[in-house]
Amino acid sequence: MSKPKQETKTRTGTRTMEFVASLDSKQPSGPIEQRWDKHRFEMKLVNPANRRRYTVIVVGSGLAGGAAAATLGEQGYNVKCFCYQDSPRRAHSIAAQGGINAAKNYRNDGDSIYRLFYDTVKGGDFRARESNVYRLAQVSVNIIDQCVAQGVPFAREYGGYLDNRSFGGAQVSRTFYARGQTGQQLLLGAYQALERQIAAGSVKMFSRTEMLDLVVVDGRARGIITRDMVTGKIERHVADAVVLATGGYGNVFYLSTNAKGCNTTAIWRAHRKGAFFGNPCFTQIHPTCIPVTGDHQSKLTLMSESLRNDGRIWVPKKKGDSRPASQIPEGERDYYLEERYPSFGNLVPRDVASRNAKHVCDQGRGVGSSGLGVYLDFADSIKRLGKPKIVERYGNLFDMYAQITGEDPYETPMRIYPAIHYTMGGLWVDYNLMSTIPGLFVAGEANFSDHGANRLGASALMQGLADGYFVLPYTIANFLAQIKPGGLDTSDAAFAQAEAEVAGRTQKLLKLKGEHTVDSFHRELGKIMWDECGMARNEAGLRKALKRIPELRSEFWENVRVPGEGGELNQELEKAGRVADFLELGELMCMDALTRAESCGGHFREESQTEDGEALRDDENCAFVSAWAFTGNLSKPELHKEPLEFEYVKPSQRSYK
Amino acid sequence: MKLTLKVWRQKNGSTPGELKTYPADHVSPDMSFLEMLDEVNQALIMQGEDPIAFDHDCREGICGMCSLMINGVAHGPKEAITTCQLHMRSFKDGETITIEPWRAKPFPIIKDLVVDRESFDRIIQAGGFISASTGSAPDGNAIPVAKPDADKSMDAAACIGCGACAAACPNGSAMLFTAAKVAHLGHLPQGQAERHQRVVNMVATQDAEGFGNCTNIGECAAVCPKEISLDTIAMLNRDLVIAALKGIEPVVK
Repeated sequence: MSKPKQETKTRTGTRTMEFVASLDSKQPSGPIEQRWDKHRFEMKLVNPANRRRYTVIVVGSGLAGGAAAATLGEQGYNVKCFCYQDSPRRAHSIAAQGGINAAKNYRNDGDSIYRLFYDTVKGGDFRARESNVYRLAQVSVNIIDQCVAQGVPFAREYGGYLDNRSFGGAQVSRTFYARGQTGQQLLLGAYQALERQIAAGSVKMFSRTEMLDLVVVDGRARGIITRDMVTGKIERHVADAVVLATGGYGNVFYLSTNAKGCNTTAIWRAHRKGAFFGNPCFTQIHPTCIPVTGDHQSKLTLMSESLRNDGRIWVPKKKGDSRPASQIPEGERDYYLEERYPSFGNLVPRDVASRNAKHVCDQGRGVGSSGLGVYLDFADSIKRLGKPKIVERYGNLFDMYAQITGEDPYETPMRIYPAIHYTMGGLWVDYNLMSTIPGLFVAGEANFSDHGANRLGASALMQGLADGYFVLPYTIANFLAQIKPGGLDTSDAAFAQAEAEVAGRTQKLLKLKGEHTVDSFHRELGKIMWDECGMARNEAGLRKALKRIPELRSEFWENVRVPGEGGELNQELEKAGRVADFLELGELMCMDALTRAESCGGHFREESQTEDGEALRDDENCAFVSAWAFTGNLSKPELHKEPLEFEYVKPSQRSYK
Repeated sequence: MKLTLKVWRQKNGSTPGELKTYPADHVSPDMSFLEMLDEVNQALIMQGEDPIAFDHDCREGICGMCSLMINGVAHGPKEAITTCQLHMRSFKDGETITIEPWRAKPFPIIKDLVVDRESFDRIIQAGGFISASTGSAPDGNAIPVAKPDADKSMDAAACIGCGACAAACPNGSAMLFTAAKVAHLGHLPQGQAERHQRVVNMVATQDAEGFGNCTNIGECAAVCPKEISLDTIAMLNRDLVIAALKGIEPVVK
């Protein structure tokens, strides 16, 4: 196992502790079923009377951050929570539609913790750490209990018990849901628990506040530098531990299903301060989004995956066939998923469905004015089940589609196209969810763990809440129990230096007064990323991107125009800082995609495919987590590898034929 | 499409604001309302002017961040959607559109169309939760919830906290927002233990924040993008009366 060169020592109180940045995953040994229990017993505890002396910073207030902040507050720690929105209730977890998986086996249909673990490791195409995934499946059952107790209005059956559905091609019904707003309801549960702690005084909330840097003192994460987005004031916050739960970085592609404000700044700044970045190229592309309509497009809207249960996907057989769908006879339609994957048909996993849509559009058979779209047709289902049944199942989605496109999907087939949806990569963390910087924990989509190279539907909500409610409260306690609280204030030189760097960067952006807007750079970066590091990647394209991105970055720093001043609400300045970081991250993603010379999950390298065009893994050479260290030179990061071992789920080729 | 926009511009909370006129000449009917504003802002930036500040995030109608008064109607002319879901095909070529921020005393203006809605968070802090610390929950199926109750609870829980209700109310009342939370939790067995203390605390906080009283006008429900029903307010009032009969006093921190 490779280790970084630098070792840091720090003196905390009377003890000298050695913090070594390493890729030790700290997985417990023994039978997988007992690892988390064993670890929980072995971890150290903080006496309830001492907890208020420890300060924990939580950045982000979504499912992972909100749940962690609320739970740490309940336990008596002194918590400071930060979000960029005007209220913690608005974090992007709120937009998740489908549901949350849990191995409750309430359906008596053969589900178990082991099966959820197995499905998640396999679904992730064997690029996740087994111990972490098993723990996730284990605590999934506690999550449902907790959410019910908080008043999350999950769907019920007439007997009053919890309803489930099958989701994303799973063979068991293990998905709990609250209409098409499961993310919203789970987030409101966490938000309400958080507001309760704010009222109790254990959590102090900083909304409309953005983290712009991490402060590392003697090798340990000791605080953050923030900007108050209303007054522009740059502020210092000191703590004994820092949690980043700041979500994914899909907006590096400019167009994605993420909220407009989602960004990489918190984790990217931490990366620059020494946190390794895990599997940056692993992104998930969701097959059922509404296609782009023009250059004005600011974001993409996801249509729930459940539509594929009753919709049939097709394109015309002929290239450039511009007839309306209704005038294309049955014999001239290509139901390409049903044709190619007879056993799974339209329900193939997200990565497979997305790649095939790209493939037919690349052949010139795409539909809609842009040619980047495929039909999702409900005519047969309406004939078979009747329109009322379709209204009952998908009414809100059909309305949303009609609202956005101005077309009636009951009459003409929907047009869909894949879009960036989720990033499996993120900061590298060990079993305790601690990064390579001691005292810096990373949770939810912001970390790399649990989903491997492809995330299963309804598993993001599960991971966010698992990390926040049931993992971090234990592992942070274990960390805090080994250090003395406090011993540092914001007058420390490291804070002054970090603040000066942030202020300098802000001033530099404001002074440029260049010729192009922030959005124009972001769009161009997004196009490069989508073309060369999107649904399919190859060496030539990635090398092209690796040449172009640093050029674009220099152009940005010479010629971006950021209006206004720093001491006020300045939304262009906020965007500029985020795009500057995306311009650095994009390069690392391409480098990671180039280094991983295999196809796995959402990462499809054209050079590595089977004879019939399916993704081909290389377990001999690529069964590792890539963990990139920042070296000071953006184009020369250092790659470390955490080898992955599969003791329980033996790697096999995924097949959906 | 070519449109004329009259937009409320205000540098900050302590400076007076005014409506300013801007042309929007390259509007596609496929654009969302916020994408139209994006385009106007790109042009303003290139002309060396300060772009229009407005709140937005998810742009799919669920986060509750967007908040515009469009031609005097909260979230614009279409029913049951947020501003971000409104598309320009709902307007006519040549039309003049007036865009203003939410106006209610407890929503002070921060800049242009951006207002401070933390008063809503403080109403939730007063009791908009079930006190169930992590780890204390019984099995999920140990608390059966009749389907009609779960459905009513979910109807109310759909509130996105955008503030359109208070902005549309001639009294500047937050009653629909508060009632949505009271109904969400009050329809569930888990919410019964704190039911009456909750409603008393939340209403007291709503009053203390400076929101007006409810006089059953119904503007709130008419503009609500999530179609929260006025029935929730009836439920709140009923709970409030029972709480009064029980002699429950507000406990406000």
